[in-house]
Amino acid sequence: MFPFSSIQAYQNSLSSGIVTCVDTVTHYLQQIGNNQQLNAFIEVFADEALEAASLLDEKRKQGKPLGKLHGVVVAIKDVICYNGHKVSAASKMIENFTSIYHATAVEKLLAEDAIIIGRNNCDEFAMGSSSENSAFGVVKNALDESRVPGGSSGGSAVAVQAGMCMVSLGSDTGGSVRQPADFCGIVGLKPSYGRVSRYGLIAYASSFDQIGIFANTIEDAALTLEVIAGVDDYDSTVSQKEVPSYAALLDSDNKKYKLAYFKEALENEALDAEIKQQILSFIALLKAQGHTVEPINFEWLDYVVPTYYILTTAEASSNLSRFDGVRFGHQTAQKNIDLTELYKASRSEGFGKEVQRRIMLGTFVLSSGYYDAYFTKAQQVRQLLYQRSKEIFADYDAIISPTVPATAWKFGEKSDNPTAMYLADIYTVFANLVGIPAVSLPLFKHSNSMPFGLQVMCSHFEEVHLHQLSKVLMHLK
Amino acid sequence: MAFFIAFIYSNNKFTTSPLLLSLQIEMTNISDKYETVIGLEIHAQLQTQTKLFCGDSIAFGAAPNTHVSPITLGHPGTLPKTNKVAVAYAIKMGLACNCKIERDNYFARKNYFYPDLPKGYQISQHTTPICVGGYVTINTSTGQKNIELNRIHIEEDAGKSMHDLDEQFTCIDLNRAGTPLIEIVTEPCIHSSDEAFEYVSEARRLVQWIGVCDGNMEEGSLRCDANISIRLKGATTLGTRVEVKNLNSIRNVKKAIEFEVQRMIEIVENGGTIIQQTRSFDASNDTTFSIRDKEDANDYRYFADPDLAPFHLTESFIEDIRKSLPALPLQLIQQFQQSFGLTIYDANNLCADTATAEYFLEVSRYSTHYKAIANWMLGPIKQQLNETAKDFSTLLLLPQTLAELIAIVEAGKVNFSVASYKILPELLNGNNSPLAIAEAMNLLQVSDTKELERWIDEALEGMPDKVAEYKRGKKGLIGLFVGEIKKISKGKADPKMVTTLLQEKLK
Repeated sequence: MFPFSSIQAYQNSLSSGIVTCVDTVTHYLQQIGNNQQLNAFIEVFADEALEAASLLDEKRKQGKPLGKLHGVVVAIKDVICYNGHKVSAASKMIENFTSIYHATAVEKLLAEDAIIIGRNNCDEFAMGSSSENSAFGVVKNALDESRVPGGSSGGSAVAVQAGMCMVSLGSDTGGSVRQPADFCGIVGLKPSYGRVSRYGLIAYASSFDQIGIFANTIEDAALTLEVIAGVDDYDSTVSQKEVPSYAALLDSDNKKYKLAYFKEALENEALDAEIKQQILSFIALLKAQGHTVEPINFEWLDYVVPTYYILTTAEASSNLSRFDGVRFGHQTAQKNIDLTELYKASRSEGFGKEVQRRIMLGTFVLSSGYYDAYFTKAQQVRQLLYQRSKEIFADYDAIISPTVPATAWKFGEKSDNPTAMYLADIYTVFANLVGIPAVSLPLFKHSNSMPFGLQVMCSHFEEVHLHQLSKVLMHLK
Repeated sequence: MAFFIAFIYSNNKFTTSPLLLSLQIEMTNISDKYETVIGLEIHAQLQTQTKLFCGDSIAFGAAPNTHVSPITLGHPGTLPKTNKVAVAYAIKMGLACNCKIERDNYFARKNYFYPDLPKGYQISQHTTPICVGGYVTINTSTGQKNIELNRIHIEEDAGKSMHDLDEQFTCIDLNRAGTPLIEIVTEPCIHSSDEAFEYVSEARRLVQWIGVCDGNMEEGSLRCDANISIRLKGATTLGTRVEVKNLNSIRNVKKAIEFEVQRMIEIVENGGTIIQQTRSFDASNDTTFSIRDKEDANDYRYFADPDLAPFHLTESFIEDIRKSLPALPLQLIQQFQQSFGLTIYDANNLCADTATAEYFLEVSRYSTHYKAIANWMLGPIKQQLNETAKDFSTLLLLPQTLAELIAIVEAGKVNFSVASYKILPELLNGNNSPLAIAEAMNLLQVSDTKELERWIDEALEGMPDKVAEYKRGKKGLIGLFVGEIKKISKGKADPKMVTTLLQEKLK
């Protein structure tokens, strides 16, 4: 049975009795124990996972109907609420905060018999591209422990990468699922904005955030998405659109695709030469297979990162206001201080440096006198990008690009240069700015022996096409 | 600007002869030089079942922090979801005030830190209100006036901070946090404390009338902030304004304005400058005091709340609300005057609330003695209701029963005072037959001539001197005789017939 290959194969083994859920959880707990140095988990729910596994084994024995994710071992990024469990956002601010409700995605996972094995380390409040900004220490890339796993969902990526779970949930605000998937050599799927309920996902930037999925295969990602997607009474931004049976709709019937890539993206000087070369070869291969791949102009590439950081930090500055040390979370130990000082001290002590940087940046861009020059302007750019995406998808099935301009970097390499770190998001933020689904597929290996991915983006709510095309691309090489 | 105007004015003073000036000051009240300009903001809590963005109850008076879901508490990961009923109520008030209803709406965040504001921002519609323009008509001493509205918008209430419950701590109750409010904002078009008083009374009657708010100012369901400035009469620009917050009675609105206007006039008259401030009203001595200056004002960093999808209102949604609106008080007051011949005073009082107006209309189906209905309702019945703190909606006295009572009084079968003191209390306890009560209690007026003449004779025999005086020409004494006969008959003698018979007898 192990190493794990796919959910379907695993569930076949379960039904034929080759393996049980308890065996499986035991295996993953061992894997987690063997890989503690990677620091992918903030907490492991060992006893509880074993108990859930034995209940599922019992259920199967009794011949009861089984959930779509029956026995699937899932890890969740520590920004997703799981009733009765701590949820820390990898921050000292809410280090000991226990959620009193389930995130909708978690509720759906559990309703389909998934087993939640633990909560994953990440960048604090999902702010970062390297998983170095955690109050619980850095996460290490299992392929090279001197390198970062990417971020912000680094722990969730490594959990799948190192075989510590079957699939995991992350959150993707500007690339936080696709970029670590690229660095770790796995599949990372960010659904359309509004596809998955955000209820119970600790907000970074509400109009960008989506829960995303890490998996070994596109099939597993599609099945997981099918389970967690859909309407939710608790999220008014979630789409009313019906959820197709993604897992059953993976076959494209030899369709020949019409794909676009941004000329400026491949000509960008920040792009690693070898990544560029391999992508170009891949494009040639696609063409040879009868697909159409064309360069298109995207003159606004330089604006996407600034626009993204203005808008996300603005939203974050407001979203994180509730962490004020009054009702929950870290409160300063200083005594006899006035209310303003209490806020200042609690927040300065509770939030890490990057979170503070983004709160201040966001507060600045929303301040009177600067509002129009930054926030309003960035909203206008976002609107233009949205229109541009509509135009592109009127002509093309998908846009392809590298996921990240470079492979996983070494720890500390970019820590002192936030702008350089932000620019690593150049290819991923577009999908969040316009709300389209995107995936990073683990297709390539660099001569430095690190993996890297191909990003594929489709039009709004065209996940079925995205999955089908991904499957074609995964089997092309 | 106020400073600028004051400066020109003082220049004028020196060009006027001192003698003339002192005469002027003696002859005209100083305050007559100034015009008061007031804009009012009324916060009305909507009478929905649940909060604006979650399912928690908004019932008043629950134990502290019991109506608090993770959403109200602002727990990480929670999201708001708009209560449609609250939106409908806001539209209802907008339609009642002749506002334009905005079809495309969104909510914005008003960001500031305060312990009773769980999310660190308030969800509001500050810059994009759902209702625009409109007006509320008030009665003034010089006739009706339309108080123009700037807007009505929806927002959520904050929790309650109680600073005096504990010596050491401020106590916070988040039950109120997230309660739906509408903020009704006037243009700066109110020019006296009396107008302000009338406007708040009318706005309060309106929200209660259409059923969107209970109007209870003591419990804080309706609160008022006043923006006050003064300027020299004839000036076209506004003076520096002061905002007086949290006025929790209509009287306090009036008192606060009066104090504030006087304070401002004194400052300007003494050559000072009014500073833009937020002040609070102290009801113990009817004064105001500063809470903060303009420099301390927050930058609220409004932006569209990304957690709430923008919402579009369809024509049919708005039309359905329009159809659900009852006849409004001013329409009804007019109808009461025109159709029933009532005075504006009675009509207005009968339209104090929907229950009273509906009760009147119901009685008018059974009786055409409209003035009598008004007198009964606003006199003895109202008095009884006030004593028992009830209102017309819970009255046991059926409208047709009141009509019957009025009928027997008007027919002279019982007199008014007997009817109100003896029969009415029985009816208010649920007895439905005034005539039967009158019979059982032996209260029917006697119009049998023989019986009446016996009482008349008895009375006149008892005061021969007065009879003699009457006959000498002191005709006014007839009232005394009637009164005496009433006493002897224990109220049963029909006064009209007694008078006629007396006049005959004493000829």
